[in-house]
Amino acid sequence: MNAGVEALRREIAARADGLPDTVVMEVCGTHTHAMRRYGIRQLLPGNIRLVSGPGCPVCVTDGRDLARALWLAGQRNVTLCSFGDMLRVPCGKESLLSLAAKGARVRVVVSPLEALQLARAEPRRAIVYFGVGFETTAPLTAALVDQAGRQSIPNLSVLSVHKTMPEAVRTLMRSGARVDALLCPGHVAAVAGAEAFRFVPEELRLPAAVSGFEAEEMLLALAALMGMLRAKKPGLVNAYPRAAAPYGNPAALALLEGVFEPRAANWRGLGEIPASGLALRGEYAGFDAEKRFDIPLTDVPEPAGCRCADVLRGLLEPPECPLFGSACAPQSPVGACMVSSEGACAAHYAYGRDL
Amino acid sequence: MCLAIPGRIVEIDGDEAVLDYGGATRRASLLLVPGAKVGDAALVHAGFAIQILGDEDAGKLMDILAEVETP
Amino acid sequence: MTDEITLAHGSGGEAYRELVEEIFLPAFKNEYIAPLTDSAVLPGGPRLAFTTDGYVVQPLFFPGGDIGRLAVSGTVNDLSVSGALPRYIAVSMVLEAGLCAQTLRRAVTSMAGAAREAGVLIVTGDTKVVPCGACDGMHISTSGIGVFPDGAYVPPQRVEIGDAVITSGPVASHGMAVMAARGGMGFDPPIESDARPMADAVRRVLDAGIRVHAMRDPTRGGVAATLCEWAGRERNILLYEEALPVKPGAAAACRILGIDPLYVANEGVILFSLAHKDAGAALEALRELPACREAAVVGEVGAGEGIVLARTRLNTLRRVLPPRGEQLPRIC
Repeated sequence: MNAGVEALRREIAARADGLPDTVVMEVCGTHTHAMRRYGIRQLLPGNIRLVSGPGCPVCVTDGRDLARALWLAGQRNVTLCSFGDMLRVPCGKESLLSLAAKGARVRVVVSPLEALQLARAEPRRAIVYFGVGFETTAPLTAALVDQAGRQSIPNLSVLSVHKTMPEAVRTLMRSGARVDALLCPGHVAAVAGAEAFRFVPEELRLPAAVSGFEAEEMLLALAALMGMLRAKKPGLVNAYPRAAAPYGNPAALALLEGVFEPRAANWRGLGEIPASGLALRGEYAGFDAEKRFDIPLTDVPEPAGCRCADVLRGLLEPPECPLFGSACAPQSPVGACMVSSEGACAAHYAYGRDL
Repeated sequence: MCLAIPGRIVEIDGDEAVLDYGGATRRASLLLVPGAKVGDAALVHAGFAIQILGDEDAGKLMDILAEVETP
Repeated sequence: MTDEITLAHGSGGEAYRELVEEIFLPAFKNEYIAPLTDSAVLPGGPRLAFTTDGYVVQPLFFPGGDIGRLAVSGTVNDLSVSGALPRYIAVSMVLEAGLCAQTLRRAVTSMAGAAREAGVLIVTGDTKVVPCGACDGMHISTSGIGVFPDGAYVPPQRVEIGDAVITSGPVASHGMAVMAARGGMGFDPPIESDARPMADAVRRVLDAGIRVHAMRDPTRGGVAATLCEWAGRERNILLYEEALPVKPGAAAACRILGIDPLYVANEGVILFSLAHKDAGAALEALRELPACREAAVVGEVGAGEGIVLARTRLNTLRRVLPPRGEQLPRIC
């Protein structure tokens, strides 16, 4: 272990000493993954509990939205382009992967621009790009649509289920989440600016730290949070200044705002949250899959007994949910928290609490 | 949602750049960082540079810590 | 011989004979295949190893290898890790009508090359042709026979408490090479597969008198799959993450695509579990081979319930679960 990590570990322990049981929430699936990957919990004193909020786009994609994607993939003339993350998410008995195995044209892409290349290469097919992700990823979709417009590509469209973090965080905290401090997603901040999280201390009166994803960067942010908690001074610390400028990437934000507008979005486990989704603006209707296709609405009701909403708020530990491990398990997930391996329940199931 | 890794821009070709990730190079789009220059370190997410990175400075990290008073 | 494979080539008549005489026989030259009888009649020992495997990779050709090289190396490696001397291979091919004959020639030449490297003979085979669209160009199955010399040591394939786990070389190359080639991901330099017959590496270790407890080639599911299988229900395995060699190109590709190197397929790696006291000798034996210069101790075996843990660079632990399905690139 290097000296930096050891110094940070000691600093966290010193600052947390004497604090009551403290809940730190991170709201980024990549943080959830990184915490586990580095075993961060093992470096923290016993009075700090890390919980995962609704920051995993895989987990929070509503069943009805996923059903739209599956319907599109099932259309004969459509090739659906998607990030690998969404391929295995179950929608009833199917998934994009299972449909692909049955002959649906589903293409895993690593960049949205691959959808553009595909549209040019196969002018007689309808190429639909499944736009999943938060503020880090949505500008890429905006660039895709912008390019498609400039290059007059007629056979490309986008199914946007993009979401934005601030409203979801507000909704979560205002509805009684048991959270003492927020670890803010560093790459959302790289695009939207560290100041995008100013509302956390100012409106929600919680300490917030913008964090990177390397072990040292996460420990640094945690140390900053402990310091603020100890001093009882909620504020915003940018512990990732190398990547997150105060006002982010203006070019990316301009493109985002030019192509998308806010709308209400359905978050699996949390329900409808106003102004938390991104829809293509009217002038881009030609690239909007929801307008190009007559996609039937499939109602996929939240299953009875699902307690994801409480788990996401840090009010319930996964094993305390009555469905955990019985009706709801990784191979047959019921709610958002079990769907992705990084969801709180799936992670608990696979790894146990301490790791 | 946020898997992004740093790379160094070694060549620019219109809207695209070749970045060195230490072990391999690969192209990424510069559409979101129009001011990028050869030699810049960039944060790359899903084939796009999303931000130009500031200088690496370990000392800075500990300064951040010092920012927050500990009673 | 025409430029393209047609259905006629698979139906056993003149066209088939042409295929065999113009493409397969010149490549797989030996006394056992030459008679073109239904079965090859072979000398062998009283104890045999026998294995079979199917190969359906896309794309057929990728940096560092191809389907033909895989089809021979994979089966040779499966025989080698049993402790046997690989000897004979049977090949069954299913070709898609419309496949370029030159493509077939390239794959067959590659098979012959891998067979020569491994010191095995391809002694019998069969080809069928299916209509265009019914298979992806080419599917190859190979079966292999290996022999155990008298008094040969047969590893029990059971890891023991106190064992050291050794890798013959860097991991995660093959799976990333194929993923990168299939997705046109444009890594430069291209990620290269490590596909290679490893009979020589296994031989060196066994000939050094080391009584290996278990050996396996970590193909599908990578190192993680092998370690989880070895842990079974009565052992725990601790992997030293920092000690696991990964070539810089493959490592960069894993970082960029969000893939864990532990789960990536390898086609030119052998994992050994052996008594700790033998680790030094095993490494010395392996490192004599150019392909195994980076052989290293990467873990240890203890008593337990089937848990595999990796020790991170922070000295913390993370659980390594068995793989569930193919690794896909992620953005999250």
